Amino acid sequence: MTNNPIYLDYSATTPVDKRVAEVMCQYLTYEGVFGNPASRSHKYGWDAEKAVEVARQNVADLINADPREIVWTSGATESDNLAIKGVAHFYHKKGKHIVTSKTEHKAVLDSCRQLEREGFEVTYLDPQDDGLVSLESIENAIREDTILVSIMHVNNEIGVIQDIAAIGELCRSRKIVFHVDAAQSAGKVAIDMQQMKVDLLSLSAHKIYGPKGIGALYVRRKPRIRLEAQMHGGGHERGMRSGTLATHQIVGMGEAFLIARQEMEEELKRIHDLREYFLDGIKDMEEVYINGSLENRVPHNLNISFNYVEGESLLMAIDDLAVSSGSACTSASLEPSYVLRALGRSDELAHSSIRFSIGRFTTRADIDHALELLHVKIQKLRDLSPLWDMYKAGIDLSTIEWSAH
Amino acid sequence: MAYSEKVLDHYENPRNVGTIDEDESVGTGMVGAPACGDVMRLQIKVGNDGIIEDAKFKTYGCGSAIASSSLVTEWIKGKSLDDAEQINNMAIAEELALPPVKIHCSVLAEDAIKAAIKDYKSKQSA
Repeated sequence: MTNNPIYLDYSATTPVDKRVAEVMCQYLTYEGVFGNPASRSHKYGWDAEKAVEVARQNVADLINADPREIVWTSGATESDNLAIKGVAHFYHKKGKHIVTSKTEHKAVLDSCRQLEREGFEVTYLDPQDDGLVSLESIENAIREDTILVSIMHVNNEIGVIQDIAAIGELCRSRKIVFHVDAAQSAGKVAIDMQQMKVDLLSLSAHKIYGPKGIGALYVRRKPRIRLEAQMHGGGHERGMRSGTLATHQIVGMGEAFLIARQEMEEELKRIHDLREYFLDGIKDMEEVYINGSLENRVPHNLNISFNYVEGESLLMAIDDLAVSSGSACTSASLEPSYVLRALGRSDELAHSSIRFSIGRFTTRADIDHALELLHVKIQKLRDLSPLWDMYKAGIDLSTIEWSAH
Repeated sequence: MAYSEKVLDHYENPRNVGTIDEDESVGTGMVGAPACGDVMRLQIKVGNDGIIEDAKFKTYGCGSAIASSSLVTEWIKGKSLDDAEQINNMAIAEELALPPVKIHCSVLAEDAIKAAIKDYKSKQSA
């Protein structure tokens, strides 16, 4: 493993915590608990069901919810789909208008696009320059026929934290269902479902040291939120999501959420210190921009534009670091990040952005190495950049007529 | 994305990086746009005999764009303007084994040569 690059892409996914992996292994083989949690006629099934319910409690505890409000899914993408389409299909007689933002995850945006094809109307709000959607803009977008507002808690690209408590108050007062994608916030920001008026909350395991392929949707009981199932079958999960429960995955998610609850406070402090150390280390560099609010932001994320350096060549130069350029989900394409563009960042700044995300196993030595590499390579690429030359010569790039191609 | 060894070589050790001071023997071509993620500036210095004596580049763009411009500076040095103008993007793409999504980098490099020659010629006729 010595030749592997330093992992600074925790927002894309996290390794499974060893403690989690050990627990998961006990739920697979003949010697372990392998039964179908839905089997009611023997001990194999009862043991599996018991393990699933312990995990459900652990997931509920992290967000201060009732375990009966937790529905297992295959991940946050499925949770988003179930929440948005499930609400739209159940409440369509009340109205067909949905409010969301342009910086949501594709799982939310594409679910909304699908609903548009089915005859729903969707308002996609622009964020402010700091990446946050203002309460006023949501309020102004709400209509008589609005049935759902979907706003993410923490943005996957820029890490900004939306004030979901305030949006929840607004939605509740208008009797509109409020869905929150919390894939990037669970375990990083305190979530209290007794306090926050959030009706549906998407959760993922693999963003907080659990396994991939498992997630959950919180569905509020009081006031009761109804959903139309998207996956039909044996009527598992109170009919909201059929399919045999993946006991080992569920147990892994439960263990990961338990560890997150126990260690979050300490871990946040450590990661905050690392983030500050990182920021301190780049403050001597020219033309460096932090994308999104630094105040309302999880400490795990730093999305930085190094002006006049193109992101892909920078990724190539810092191949000792595993990071993302633009949106992680679209880095196979050449389009600049839609999130950064929605923030009003110029295309060249969007093209120059790198997302560093730090986590449980990041060390100060990792950050030192990253800083050293960044200083050397950015200077090298700027020496190669005609735009840097022009900037240094005092030429305003926006005054030049470029030949778009 | 996996890069070919030649792209990596040009990217790690770009040839002929720099700027040539402008005079009437120098042609400068700048192509691309920051919004598209790549800008190439290619300069040629042409001798009295019409042979390209020197070529320099600077490129803002991905590794393939940097490699394409580095490669063409090597190719055009010592060539006549007519021969340099014959270089087409497919030859560049082939030499660097560019994947389909990076073909536009080679097109840009071809455009940069043509733009530099055009600039030089316009200075001569002025």
